[in-house]
Amino acid sequence: MSSYYGRPVIKEPTWTWQIPTYFFTGGLGGASSVLSLSATLFGNEQLARRALYIGALADAACPPLLIADLGRPERFHHMLRVVKPTSPMNMGSWVLLASGGASSTAAALERLGRLRPLRHTAATVAALFGPALATYTGVLIADTAVPVWHEGRKELPWLFGATAAASAGAAACMAVDPEHAGPARRLAIGAVAADIALMRAMELRLGEVGEVYRKGAAGTLGLAAKALAGAGATVLAKRGGRSRGAAVLGGALVCAGGLCLRWSVFKAGFQSARDPKYTVGPQRARVEREGTKVTTQPKA
Amino acid sequence: MSSTLGHPAAAPDGWDAYGDDQQPRVGFFTDTSVCIGCKACEVACKEWNLIPEDGLSWTGESYDNTSALGANTWRHVAFIEQEKPLHTNGDGSTGLRWLMESDVCKHCTHAACLDVCPTGSLIRTEFGTVIVQQDICNGCGYCVPACPFGVLDKRHIAKPPELPAFHGNEDGRVWKCTLCYDRLKGGHEPACAKACPTQSIQFGPLDELRERADARLAKLSGEGWNGVQLYGRDPDDGVGGFGAFFLLLDDPEVYGLPPDPIVTTKHLGEMWSSMAAAATVLVAGVACAFIGRRR
Amino acid sequence: MPSLGASFGRGGATDFQQDLQNSDCIVIMGSNMAENHPVGFQWVMEARERGATVIHIDPRFTRTSAMASKWVGIRAGSDIAFLGGVVNYILQNDLWFEEYVKHYTNAPVIIADTFADTEDLDGLFSGWDPEKGKYDTTTWRYEGMEMHASAGNREEGFGPSGHQAGHGGAGGGLRHGEPPSEDPDLQHPRCVFQILKRHYQRYTPELVADLCGCSVEEFLFVCEALTQNSGRERTSAFCYAVGWTQHTVGVQYIRTAAIIQQLLGNMGRPGGGIVALRGHASIQGSTDIPTLYDILPGYLSMPHTEYYGDFESFMQANTSPTGFWGHFKAYWVSLMKSYFGEHATADNDWLFKQLPRIDDDNSVYFTVDQMLEGNVKGYIIAGENPAVGNSNGRANRLGLAKLDWLVVRDLVEIESASFWYDSPEIETGELETKAIPTEVFFLPAAAHTEKDGSFTNTQRLLQWHRQAVEPRDDCRSDLWFYFHLGRRIREKLADSKEPRDELVRYLRWDYPTHGQLDEPSAEAILAEINGSETATGAPLDAYTKLRDDGSTACGCWIYCGVFKDGVNQAARRKPHWEQDYVAAEWAWAWPANRRTIYNRASADPNGDPWSERKKLVWWDGTKWTGHDVPDFEPTKAPDYRPGKDATAEDAIAGDHPFIMQADGRSWLFVPQGLVDAPLPTHYEPHESPFDNPLYAQRANPRRQQRKKASYDPYNPVADEPGAEVYPYVVTTYRLTEHHTAGGMTRTIPYLSELQPEMFCEVSPELAAEAGLEAGGWATIFTARSAIEARVLVTNRIPPVTVQGRTTHQVGLPYHWGARGLTTGDSANDLGHLALDPNVHIMESKAMTCGIRPGRRPRGKALTEFVTELREQAHSRREMAPRHEPEETRKTSKT
Ligand SMILES: Nc1nc2c(c(=O)[nH]1)N[C@H]1C(S)=C(S)[C@@H](COP(=O)(O)OP(=O)(O)OC[C@H]3O[C@@H](n4cnc5c(=O)[nH]c(N)nc54)[C@H](O)[C@@H]3O)O[C@H]1N2
Ligand SMILES: Nc1nc2c(c(=O)[nH]1)N[C@H]1C(S)=C(S)[C@@H](COP(=O)(O)OP(=O)(O)OC[C@H]3O[C@@H](n4cnc5c(=O)[nH]c(N)nc54)[C@H](O)[C@@H]3O)O[C@H]1N2
Ligand code: SF4
Ligand code: SF4
Ligand code: SF4
Ligand code: SF4
Ligand code: SF4
Ligand SMILES: [Mo]
Repeated sequence: MSSYYGRPVIKEPTWTWQIPTYFFTGGLGGASSVLSLSATLFGNEQLARRALYIGALADAACPPLLIADLGRPERFHHMLRVVKPTSPMNMGSWVLLASGGASSTAAALERLGRLRPLRHTAATVAALFGPALATYTGVLIADTAVPVWHEGRKELPWLFGATAAASAGAAACMAVDPEHAGPARRLAIGAVAADIALMRAMELRLGEVGEVYRKGAAGTLGLAAKALAGAGATVLAKRGGRSRGAAVLGGALVCAGGLCLRWSVFKAGFQSARDPKYTVGPQRARVEREGTKVTTQPKA
Repeated sequence: MSSTLGHPAAAPDGWDAYGDDQQPRVGFFTDTSVCIGCKACEVACKEWNLIPEDGLSWTGESYDNTSALGANTWRHVAFIEQEKPLHTNGDGSTGLRWLMESDVCKHCTHAACLDVCPTGSLIRTEFGTVIVQQDICNGCGYCVPACPFGVLDKRHIAKPPELPAFHGNEDGRVWKCTLCYDRLKGGHEPACAKACPTQSIQFGPLDELRERADARLAKLSGEGWNGVQLYGRDPDDGVGGFGAFFLLLDDPEVYGLPPDPIVTTKHLGEMWSSMAAAATVLVAGVACAFIGRRR
Repeated sequence: MPSLGASFGRGGATDFQQDLQNSDCIVIMGSNMAENHPVGFQWVMEARERGATVIHIDPRFTRTSAMASKWVGIRAGSDIAFLGGVVNYILQNDLWFEEYVKHYTNAPVIIADTFADTEDLDGLFSGWDPEKGKYDTTTWRYEGMEMHASAGNREEGFGPSGHQAGHGGAGGGLRHGEPPSEDPDLQHPRCVFQILKRHYQRYTPELVADLCGCSVEEFLFVCEALTQNSGRERTSAFCYAVGWTQHTVGVQYIRTAAIIQQLLGNMGRPGGGIVALRGHASIQGSTDIPTLYDILPGYLSMPHTEYYGDFESFMQANTSPTGFWGHFKAYWVSLMKSYFGEHATADNDWLFKQLPRIDDDNSVYFTVDQMLEGNVKGYIIAGENPAVGNSNGRANRLGLAKLDWLVVRDLVEIESASFWYDSPEIETGELETKAIPTEVFFLPAAAHTEKDGSFTNTQRLLQWHRQAVEPRDDCRSDLWFYFHLGRRIREKLADSKEPRDELVRYLRWDYPTHGQLDEPSAEAILAEINGSETATGAPLDAYTKLRDDGSTACGCWIYCGVFKDGVNQAARRKPHWEQDYVAAEWAWAWPANRRTIYNRASADPNGDPWSERKKLVWWDGTKWTGHDVPDFEPTKAPDYRPGKDATAEDAIAGDHPFIMQADGRSWLFVPQGLVDAPLPTHYEPHESPFDNPLYAQRANPRRQQRKKASYDPYNPVADEPGAEVYPYVVTTYRLTEHHTAGGMTRTIPYLSELQPEMFCEVSPELAAEAGLEAGGWATIFTARSAIEARVLVTNRIPPVTVQGRTTHQVGLPYHWGARGLTTGDSANDLGHLALDPNVHIMESKAMTCGIRPGRRPRGKALTEFVTELREQAHSRREMAPRHEPEETRKTSKT
């Protein structure tokens, strides 16, 4: 396949470590708010309260991470100059504002034990936006020219959602007494299963482009993600219901797995952008299949 | 903007918003068959736009030491040495040919960079071109991987003394071709086109350029030019046609250009809906975790 | 450009670049026009668009080749063989333009029987004197012409010296316009036409292919393209630059093209001619108003010591009785009036007695020799960078290090100003800063953007530029420097009684100044150059108005008219889309604003255009008219015939277009004015891996060498033992991204980043043979020095097969030096000082070298490395030294 001195056709993202970390914290925060609200509804006080705190803390970690990655941090507020549906990052900023704002309000009131009704509304708002916060990051990266991300656009929101759920459940397991952590455990275990399945499905459907998930940093991190999450889920399933220690260990492993998975996806994007074959190959194949209008050939 | 969700429309997104201030859409027809690789366009662009020098590294890749478009290179002349005859009509032309192509931002009809920009820093001008508002850009970097041509990049260069003061020691914003917005406003043609000695870079109203290009394609194919084709001329392509399109003498990828670029936001609709589904399932999943055995 | 001057009468491009759009075939040879004249090249592109065949003949496939319909790769230094082959093809196949050749060239003229050809003398012409190492050129003269007493050593100054001669100044000793004996049927065995035929008959397609390394097919393609695109209906043009001039036979390269263009009838016609692409923005101007030692403005000879005191003999020797050089005295006197005003009078021979004399070759490289011998005390370098730009950089720098004082006026501190602390010789320890006596003064110069002035560009076009900004700090224009320097000197000498100071005191030095810096008015100086009536001060409008009685003053006769009506004609700015393609109202071209010179030749002998398609100027029954300013007396009818006693232009017949020539014809055969040959002959470069397959005489016998100079050693050549140490052909050239010695580009980030390192171009085959790694480093060496460069492996410089041997060529840009944003070794450190005898230019286009992988040794080790290889090579040569015939044979018949 011909290329220009093997140079990339598209640019690698300029994003640094804060971004994948944010994908994790955002997911954790978003899913935790949902977990917390459900717990309230199902009358699981401890889980509700602790999940709420976890969500609030995770959400609170997001803005600093995002701002730190900006080239012009002092202009972070420009994110909210406009409302722009074609920009997942812009939408995401609004979602983070709403969900993060709400969760921290709820958490604060919970701590102070005042204004119960407001606390509930805030928690509900947080839970309402939580799912979006947990999944939009999949759209954020899919909405680029990076082959492995854009081609994975169907799975990415699901994958990120599942990871979010897994880490939310796992984090809760670590914070809540085993006897109250049942739902969190089940959530974590189920989500990890979904996670691994989705990951596999995506790699398969991506075909040649998907091979970056088996190469370099993305490959290693991908394996680590599956191993850690898998191990964590097993520990939770086997002993998480009885031993607090096991719950903490299992939870930690699952969270670590979630973090690795975000990093794996993140790195895969860079790898697929760097090598022109992932950009040109599939496009050329598409041209062979369907033809293209981008080039106009002379009339025979 | 929403026109990029679903199927492309012919008019550049946001352009019609100008109402009475709207100007005819202008752009470039870069005809590589007359490019002599003098790089006057690169230099004129840097001079006019005060772009910093970005590294004195020799590549050994023919005469191209610029390598690619980026924050500090808004025109890039590609050099490709080939063992292919220039013409296929056996006029005795030599078995060697040396392709040269001056690349630039395509000023897409449906511009991914513009669509994804969260701050509205990237805008469509009244001339139908796409520019970065440097006082708005906060360096989020989203437009960088969004561009299907790898045009944009963040400026990492430390500020050279002779250039206007930048933020601290690092710029942090993204930069790209403005199609010389300031010159257009003053009624002048872009610096690169002005400097081009052979009219390889032709500036003008887009519809005129398209007609010229069609005639050119017919002429050159008649003369038996090897591999001659237009690139980005058709309004129905993946980005709705380029504002700056090209006549090439080989496949796009030979020049480092994507063979079938598509504005990423074309699929944004499906992305949003698959997210909505995923989000719902997430809620349901959590709920399920509570239903069933209680302890 | 003596070659063009000798052939046609004026040493300037015969055509303007815009006119190339009218060509049907353009041969670019010895020039990389797209890279070095990109703006002018747009007209070649225009021609290609209109269906013209564009051919590039060059050892390398360049950006010009990429645009051409055909590229022909040849061995550097083989052009005369190639072009001689074209001449032979034209003659053998009777494809010459009969009517044109018979009327407009000296084909019919019969040459004296003293002439003998290289074909008879195995590579030497008649008149060769081994003691002097020179030709007695009188043996080449027209039959029946009485000659000057000692015309044998014309170049020594008796008669027009190199440059005026090179501008048609060689009167040829004619007493009236018609040469004594001609054969209109071109049958006489000694007529130029027959001599030409014999001279080139061995330049067959097979010989060309074998000598140049191209294929017979490629050669024939060029022949057919040229001949099929010449004639009444079609025209072909040649474009050349220093790929032709920088050879020990450089002048003869161009002469060969001149012969082709005469035979095909392409001179003086639209889309025809020979476009000499020149260098620096005003390099044409710097020969018109010369920075050369041996001529005065307008190519007037500089008097030689031999003439001390004798004005009349000087006038007589330089005045051609016929042609426009017949007015030499008018040009001369007007120049003196412009210099010295009322002080120059008929009674004091216009101060001829007091004028400085030249006593020797004072060309640049000769001056380097003198520096090295300690004979030069002080030196001013303005607008050049010899430490990088001159061949054999080491010799140049060592020379500078022997001066007492050196003044450098430049935009930046160039290598020529910093040699005393950062030159390669400091690195090798050959020079030690403390030990260098030279006191260096660096004077910052203002750039063209910071001053008014004119450029005389490659097509003789004077274009005015106005100051955009004031010079910064201590930067001053050259005009400012020389004016105020002169002013101060004159103040000091105001009341000196010394005779030697007379001229300085007599000088007219009264230019108006303006601004805080007292900048002299450039326009006032242009007006002075244009000239005026001394009585009234009224501006002159044409050189035909110049008189020899002191009633006119003119600073440069060929520029007369540039300030017509007191208006700065050079500042005219009417764009070409508002007038016809000749664009006569854009700026002003010498002579007389003619854009295509010799354009009388665009009409047939009767004055009618050769064809409708190619009409330019014509006779309308009463006068000459057309698109361009006719290069002919406006009312001289085509049927005008000079009387026996006619002189000057009156001696030129109405059907002889080359009015600067004594006989009004273009010269296929040059009887006078060139010192090395009346007809171009293939000689091998001074350094080449081959013998001359045509003659025992290998290289130009007349070339200037420094056989005994320790600082200019030569590589063994051809089959000499030791030649194998330097087996490859090496050539040097430019890149679009840089300018010459780099002072103006290596200092600019936007240009430096485009070509950031010195590199060499080699073929994959050579890379394999020499073990060079693409992108790595190579060391290139000659007997002079060794340099290092990055390796660019490319098919654009393929090996050529010559005399059955595969020969590799190495390509080197010469822009780098020790200073600037991008630094690197200078190609010129490899160069030698063997020169062309007519213009004393070095042969930097074809030498031999060796090449090895890796970087060069540093410090002392470098000197040792070079010396070791050289001694190896030379000691082997001692075993079988080559004695070229030139050293032994005397070839005069009489
Ligand atoms: N960008 C740029 N433009 C310039 C200059 C510059 O430095 N940079 N310099 C200016 C000046 S001062 C001048 S004089 C002109 C010079 O203009 P050019 O003469 O075009 O300059 P070069 O590149 O030195 O040489 C031209 C070509 O001659 C080829 N050549 C070498 N040896 C031979 C030979 O034996 N036969 C033939 N047929 N070709 C040969 C080389 O491969 C090269 O491609 O350019 C002027 N324009
Ligand atoms: N090997 C090799 N050697 C070559 C050649 C080659 O082809 N091969 N080409 C030869 C040719 S054709 C040429 S012309 C020479 C060129 O060689 P040089 O003339 O020695 O080198 P340049 O860099 O052109 O020097 C011009 C200098 O003038 C300065 N300058 C610019 N404007 C002004 C001004 O207004 N006033 C003053 N005072 N200075 C000014 C610039 O900064 C620059 O340093 O090189 C020759 N040497
Ligand atoms: S080419 Fe890239 S940067 Fe230019 S308009 Fe299109 S998407 Fe934006
Ligand atoms: S980097 Fe600047 S221009 Fe690009 S998307 Fe972000 S804000 Fe918009
Ligand atoms: S249009 Fe202006 S900004 Fe864009 S490349 Fe040309 S010169 Fe540069
Ligand atoms: S200026 Fe024109 S000819 Fe020169 S490189 Fe750019 S596009 Fe090509
Ligand atoms: S540098 Fe000046 S002279 Fe040379 S090509 Fe460009 S415009 Fe012409
Ligand atoms: Mo030159």
